Amino acid sequence: MTGLSIENLSMRFDLPDGGSVQALKDVSIDLKAGELLSVLGPSGCGKTTLLNIVAGFLAPTSGEIVLNGKSVHGPSAERGMVFQQGALFEWMSVRENVGFGPSMKGMPKNDKRDTVNHLLDVVGLQEFKEKAVYELSGGMQQRVALARCLANDPDVILMDEPLGALDALTREKMQSLVLKLWKETGKTIILITHSVEEALLLGERLIVMAPRPGRIHKEYRLPFAELGVGQDLREVKKHPEFATRREEILSMIWDMEEEIMGRTEASA
Amino acid sequence: MTGLVFLAIYIGIFAGAFLIITRVVQRTNNDYTSLKTVTFGDESAVRPNRWAGVISILTIFVMWGIFTGSSLLPSFLHAPGPFLGTSNFTYTAEADGKRDDATVTVVVHPREAEVEEPVIEAGDGFAKNDVATVAQWRNKLINVSGNDEISKKDGARVIAINGKKIAPGGSVRVEGGVVNLSDKGTPNFVPAKGWQMEPLYLPAPEDVWARTGQIIDEGFRNFTLFEHLGFSLFRVIVGFICGAIVGIPLGYAMGLSNWFRGWFDPIVEFMRPVPPLALIPLVIIWAGIGETGKIILLFLAALWIMAIAARSGVSGVNISKVHAAYSLGASKWQIMRYVIIPNSLPEIFTGARVAMGVCWGTVVAAELVAAEQGAGMMIMTASKFQNTDIVIMGIILIGVIGFGIDMLMRAAERFLVPWKGKG
Repeated sequence: MTGLSIENLSMRFDLPDGGSVQALKDVSIDLKAGELLSVLGPSGCGKTTLLNIVAGFLAPTSGEIVLNGKSVHGPSAERGMVFQQGALFEWMSVRENVGFGPSMKGMPKNDKRDTVNHLLDVVGLQEFKEKAVYELSGGMQQRVALARCLANDPDVILMDEPLGALDALTREKMQSLVLKLWKETGKTIILITHSVEEALLLGERLIVMAPRPGRIHKEYRLPFAELGVGQDLREVKKHPEFATRREEILSMIWDMEEEIMGRTEASA
Repeated sequence: MTGLVFLAIYIGIFAGAFLIITRVVQRTNNDYTSLKTVTFGDESAVRPNRWAGVISILTIFVMWGIFTGSSLLPSFLHAPGPFLGTSNFTYTAEADGKRDDATVTVVVHPREAEVEEPVIEAGDGFAKNDVATVAQWRNKLINVSGNDEISKKDGARVIAINGKKIAPGGSVRVEGGVVNLSDKGTPNFVPAKGWQMEPLYLPAPEDVWARTGQIIDEGFRNFTLFEHLGFSLFRVIVGFICGAIVGIPLGYAMGLSNWFRGWFDPIVEFMRPVPPLALIPLVIIWAGIGETGKIILLFLAALWIMAIAARSGVSGVNISKVHAAYSLGASKWQIMRYVIIPNSLPEIFTGARVAMGVCWGTVVAAELVAAEQGAGMMIMTASKFQNTDIVIMGIILIGVIGFGIDMLMRAAERFLVPWKGKG
């Protein structure tokens, strides 16, 4: 079977004072190949821990990640990751950054050049390819990060708040780009975000997580990602269901935040 | 006194130049960063004023010239110099109830020059006229009664100078200086020193320049000037390279392995605050005063700095970069080669700049203690022979070379690690 399944994942962190934190408890998600999942939740709900486990940077306390029928351990090129920022190699040019994965695999020079050129065209950075990455704006840097990830042709792309540090306008453009890339490449994507709107726009499926312990609170199937491909995202936001869903999820997260506050105050 | 005058003139030039440049020369400066109401306290809005820099350097040389009577400056700018020429004063001797006056002629001559005593008439009375020579900035006891008919042994006493009464321990101002009467009653002539510095303490700029030319031509203590400086530089470069060759891999190991970190942390953290100068005696005991000892010392000076720089370069890598490289399929070795090493280079360059500065300071100090050649040996030997001009020349050259090393390191840094501070 193809696809990614996250099976009964639990993660417990031991604290230096002898206690422990249950970051994730019995999280199970099944993703078919080519699905776009966005994960939303209040801070501390284990979103990033979940992503780090899928990427292989953390080993779970129990549970398993199965990709295309095989259990996976440790990071590898089949699960590419896009970080919020600061993960580009500033000692390399844009071209070298995008070509990093192929170089590590030892791809022949000509193939590598073609791959890099194609991806720079896709993200619209062809004319910047010899620039140093620190000379680019934040939005352009994230486009480099996307292209760098795609250059490895991974099965799954993990995005950890990739647009979190961008201004509103750039963010909207990047959201369209993510949708376009998803449709064109057919990759399985897990996207973590803080923004409810972004989660709605960029999620074929949307999971809302609850904190302490981190667990799946509610799951949605949404039409907006499909609608957003090739369409102005502002039009998508006018969809009557969009506003309802947004209000519903916002109040859900508000309730969770208040519950956390209440619990902290009660214990204090 | 001279110090206060010096300070007053310096402050005067500072304030005067400030007013002239900012009010007259740069009056049409309408940029918004100079509106200090919005940028006051904003460090980024403070830029060094080019004029101030140029005038500051000029002022140093002008002040140097003023207070050394430099021939490079017109003489009306000179501070009052020491008295030069012939001075006269009269003394009144008293013996057996009789008094008589006699004149003392004093020739004040430059220090290096030899002068002949002028011929004078002995004069009348029992006190005879005297003559003496004294060098500038020196003083001289003048045995005035030595040629008198009634000498000190016979009870003659000096009771007045230029008609002014004086007792042993007292003093009287005369033309071109001061006469002090010693406890035993002998006049001591002190020529006026003026406000200039004695060449022994501070030679004029042109003297230093001339001496530099002479040292370039003739060398100093069997070695040419460039050999002296070259030896110092050679020691610094060899010591630094040895320190970097050992220190950088050590720092990498400490940044990557718990065992290395635990093993070397106490050693590095202990050795880092020990000033390299404190190691000089031990290094001399172990390795003697030859090249080996100096290179060991500089190796030790550079080693810890480079190890710590490499260690923090490795530990400073943003974990996202390492994660990104892993998820792009890089192996551990590839991450080392393509992520950790390039990421640590800016830190290593900063460490290298610090280490070169410390090594340069240490080599000069080590040469002060014991060396046959080198910039430090040159100024130390010159100071023993009171060749202040060579000492000043050496200090200036040491400063220029130290500054040059730092400039070169900065240029190399801009060229080799342009991404520094951009991550």
